[in-house]
Amino acid sequence: MSSAVRKTSTLVQSARMISENICELVLVYPAGERPEEAVPGQFVMIYPNDGAHMLGRPISVCGYDPLAGALRLVFRTAGAGTKELAALQPGEHVDVLGLLGNGYPMEELRTRKSEGAKIALIGGGIGIPPMLELARQLPGCHAVLGYRTNDLFLYGEFEEYAVTAAATEDGSAGTKGTVLDVLKQDKAPDLICACGPLPMLRAIKQYAEENGAAAFLSLEERMACGVGVCLGCVCTTTHKDEHSQVHRARVCTEGPVFRAEDVAI
Amino acid sequence: MTMKQNVDLRVKIAGVELKNPVMPASGTFGSGLEYAQMMDLSRLGAIVTKGVSNVPWAGNDVPRVTEVAAGMLNAIGLQNPGVDVFIRRDLAFLKQIDTKVIVNVCGKSEEDYLEVVERLSDEDRVDLLEINVSCPNVKEGAIAFGQNPDSLFHITQEIKKKAKQPVIMKLTPNVTSIAQTARAAEAGGADAISLINTITGMKIDVERQRFVLANRTGGLSGPAIRPVAVRMVYEAAQAVSIPIIGMGGIGSAEDALEFILAGASAVAVGAMNFHDPLTMLHVIDGLEDYCRRHGIERISELTGAVHA
Repeated sequence: MSSAVRKTSTLVQSARMISENICELVLVYPAGERPEEAVPGQFVMIYPNDGAHMLGRPISVCGYDPLAGALRLVFRTAGAGTKELAALQPGEHVDVLGLLGNGYPMEELRTRKSEGAKIALIGGGIGIPPMLELARQLPGCHAVLGYRTNDLFLYGEFEEYAVTAAATEDGSAGTKGTVLDVLKQDKAPDLICACGPLPMLRAIKQYAEENGAAAFLSLEERMACGVGVCLGCVCTTTHKDEHSQVHRARVCTEGPVFRAEDVAI
Repeated sequence: MTMKQNVDLRVKIAGVELKNPVMPASGTFGSGLEYAQMMDLSRLGAIVTKGVSNVPWAGNDVPRVTEVAAGMLNAIGLQNPGVDVFIRRDLAFLKQIDTKVIVNVCGKSEEDYLEVVERLSDEDRVDLLEINVSCPNVKEGAIAFGQNPDSLFHITQEIKKKAKQPVIMKLTPNVTSIAQTARAAEAGGADAISLINTITGMKIDVERQRFVLANRTGGLSGPAIRPVAVRMVYEAAQAVSIPIIGMGGIGSAEDALEFILAGASAVAVGAMNFHDPLTMLHVIDGLEDYCRRHGIERISELTGAVHA
């Protein structure tokens, strides 16, 4: 399914801050090295040019245009590495490895959708951007986005593809509270796809169990290699994992998207 | 215009000939499977596997890795699927690859090590054994055997009694005298030594006021440790006559040459594989180019060429 993975020098098409500490980068793969498609939930490793930062930063795909080979990444500037990435200028180059990892099971989601299942896409904070590509490839879902304040980055774009609602911690927009408070206002979905902070994912997992909904969770963990050799980014699994022979799975390789019942979070 | 001169990159480690002196450091390359789609693995001098133990190990809690200036800390804790699955899956894969295979062996007790060594003794795909007596991230065994010269001497002797393949003892830099531990390994009968494993380190998250790694400490690797590693390879080379595989932050041919000139017969690329999976291929090409520029016919001539 996936084309050969290699480290590629991509061209920075645009770089801008779209919110406080939230950066959007659009990168163009060189012709001949463009991934045929991006599965929502996949990620890339992106490497700061400063040699003092030797590891790539795993960042999920927010959008991908296969014809132009244009990859859109939206991420939070947290440390020195991501701040350097945010300072990239159009015309500069930056190394990228991937697309990597397993995204959401699109065939299964499309089948469930065509059978009439109510599907909710849940994004919390910097877990919002990866859900946009999923909303685009699976139109007609419900999107529930959790923000701190009324700085609702990407919200308008979700509205193009999904019935969209927001929760804000300070109540300045949408429902005051969390994404769970929005979910509980309506009939429970049949299927949930979620990306966000661990407490949110835990709450979603529990909510899905209580309401008999299927759930897919996109996990985040510190990574070194991004391709499954270093075993840095494991999560705890509920069954013995085939690759590791223990209750551990690699977030970068077996994930980052897991069935909620398969992981202990 | 000069004639394009052939360069002989072959080196010998304990009687085993490698097509060139470049290999991955254990734990940074799995068994090569994940990188097979990115590169021609048969170009490597050898593949060194992730440490394998007698039974599956679950490793440490996360976070297991973090970046630091020009390097990284890891505390994986030697998670591995155990020797049975390793033989069935990883060795079966390696049978298709035309290069030498060095299997890294880890354990919590002497019996653990010997069990794995014996299980591998009839596997003809295993060319060399590398014994990990230097991992700083597991609570029992490992580094304890490598820090005390007497225990290192003893376990080397016991492994040599059982091993059918030549034995490389992998040494820790977390000692007062690397010359002393190198001599202990040689006296115990080691056919070669490899160094350095990671240097024990720690990173603290000042905003949250807690340790970054779940294990609190981790092993420092990457370019940050290279000068320490070059110095230790030099000191070990002055102390023993068995071959040395040198490693510690190698990311280029120039880096590799420092180790070779200091006394290493071969080199391993570790953390820099994470920066660029093709680092080893660049190192091989760069070594060949260097030899051409300097009129060197055999890379083995360079081993230990710099000395007092």
